[in-house]
Amino acid sequence: MIEVTGLYKRYGTHLAVNDVSFSVEKGEIVGFLGPNGAGKSTTMNIITGYLSLTRGKVVIDGFDILENPEEAKKRIGYLPEIPPVYVDMTVREYLNFVYDLKKVRFPKKAHINEIMRLVRIEEVSERLIKHLSKGYRQRVGFAQALVGNPDILILDEPTVGLDPKQIIEIRELIEKLGKNHTIILSSHILSEIQAVCKRIIVINNGKIVADDTPERLSEKLSEDLSLLATVVCDGENMKNALAEVDGVKEVAFEESEEDSAYDFVITPEGDADIRREIFRCIAENGGEMLSFTDNKMTLEQIFLKLTENAQPDEQELDGEEYGEAIEETEEEGEE
Amino acid sequence: MTAIFKREFKAYFSTPVGYIILALYFLFLGLNFRAMYSYGIPEVENVISGVSVLVVFGIPILTMRLISEDRRQKTDQILFTSPVGIKGIVLGKFLAALSVFAICFIPSVVYEIIVAAYVEVNVLLYVYSLFGMLFLGAAFIAMGMFISSLTESPVVAAIVTFIANILTLYMTSLASFVNNSVISSLLEKLAFIEVYQNFTSAVFSVGDVLYLLSITAIFLVLSVCSLESRRYA
Repeated sequence: MIEVTGLYKRYGTHLAVNDVSFSVEKGEIVGFLGPNGAGKSTTMNIITGYLSLTRGKVVIDGFDILENPEEAKKRIGYLPEIPPVYVDMTVREYLNFVYDLKKVRFPKKAHINEIMRLVRIEEVSERLIKHLSKGYRQRVGFAQALVGNPDILILDEPTVGLDPKQIIEIRELIEKLGKNHTIILSSHILSEIQAVCKRIIVINNGKIVADDTPERLSEKLSEDLSLLATVVCDGENMKNALAEVDGVKEVAFEESEEDSAYDFVITPEGDADIRREIFRCIAENGGEMLSFTDNKMTLEQIFLKLTENAQPDEQELDGEEYGEAIEETEEEGEE
Repeated sequence: MTAIFKREFKAYFSTPVGYIILALYFLFLGLNFRAMYSYGIPEVENVISGVSVLVVFGIPILTMRLISEDRRQKTDQILFTSPVGIKGIVLGKFLAALSVFAICFIPSVVYEIIVAAYVEVNVLLYVYSLFGMLFLGAAFIAMGMFISSLTESPVVAAIVTFIANILTLYMTSLASFVNNSVISSLLEKLAFIEVYQNFTSAVFSVGDVLYLLSITAIFLVLSVCSLESRRYA
């Protein structure tokens, strides 16, 4: 459905997007994750045809965004970071305008009413957009993306600046839409991505640093197989006892937030499963276990880990690459 | 394109801008007509040419937010990601501004009809000078729109357009200061309003029409280039 190959975007000497390639199948909900300024919005702006690319190829449902922009753009509904609404129009006027702009063929009134019902803006349909709250404007932006019922939805930080109730509503809406749309969703709020996306593309400094399901990402990155236990006991004695257990490589502990309890981090040798032995050892030494979990990384930790090796913001192109990029742009221009 | 045209046209009248322009032109056309009546010269074409200097003030108000506002409000994102091409966007906005400008001259039609009811009038001359005014307006609107495409701020666009319009007004006198005959004749050619004066003198010249149309076309193309180049920025 969406095919991005070898995408580069250069602003002066700054490479905003650096060799990004991925493809999205029909019906997928893909999360685009990355810190601010990582190149998420730029990539989305290129896919939707708002910005041009320096090098690479973007194909939407078989149509190249440069060679056949009209057909490609018809298949995309785009909600940019700031909803592109005309504040001097009423909601209905605005949606009618978008309908005409996108050259949609469905029965106009019914189509727009249906969209307004879906994103729940019927009650403000006759109000000027400038009088609407941020949440409503965002929903109007959503409605705009849905006009013409495009197969692909590209949503740039759809919940930014909304209150928790609105965030949940928008999230539910995305889930609902995900049943019959292909969606790319960007965010730097991880829980949001985790809640709705089956696949995550992590982007940092214009490069893709990971592309997988949330679960697999978590597994892949947690080389750390250590176990966490909160136990009511005498810390020092318990530490010594645990260290004796077969298969334990290292034990560390500190005072827990819970009264008279200690948190232990137990690292096994290799990938040995020592959960039963640990449990028995604690019980035999009179410890009362309050919690016992593996140390799987949360999405937050994965995110930090993947993006922690952040290179300096300004990436300079070396001379050769720079010349190459320019050459290719010129070739495209000639076509 | 029609969607853009409709939106922009309506936008003039959802803000005071459209009404201010109309009031400005209606007022001065009316004053001119009243003056014509007092002097007893039944020539409505003079009523029209009498407001030609108003384009200097009127056009910047018409064109200032045409493109700059979209950039400021980020609504250009919906325009450029829609299946309408940049050419369609530019043309739609241009025609919307031109239509408002054209409406400004509706009273003159009424005047012409009133005058024609009493004395014999040269309708051809009237029509010719009316169309001349529209061509003049088109050239100024295209230039103003191009200036609007260069900035995010409607106010900056208005001021720069205003200065540019004043310059074209004084271009003939500016040209006289230049010693080089090639340059001074080139500068003289930039005085759009001078060209318009030919329309009112009953000398039909295809050259004048083509001149104003080419100025319009050049600035429309420049606007498209300006928007297109921003995608590569």
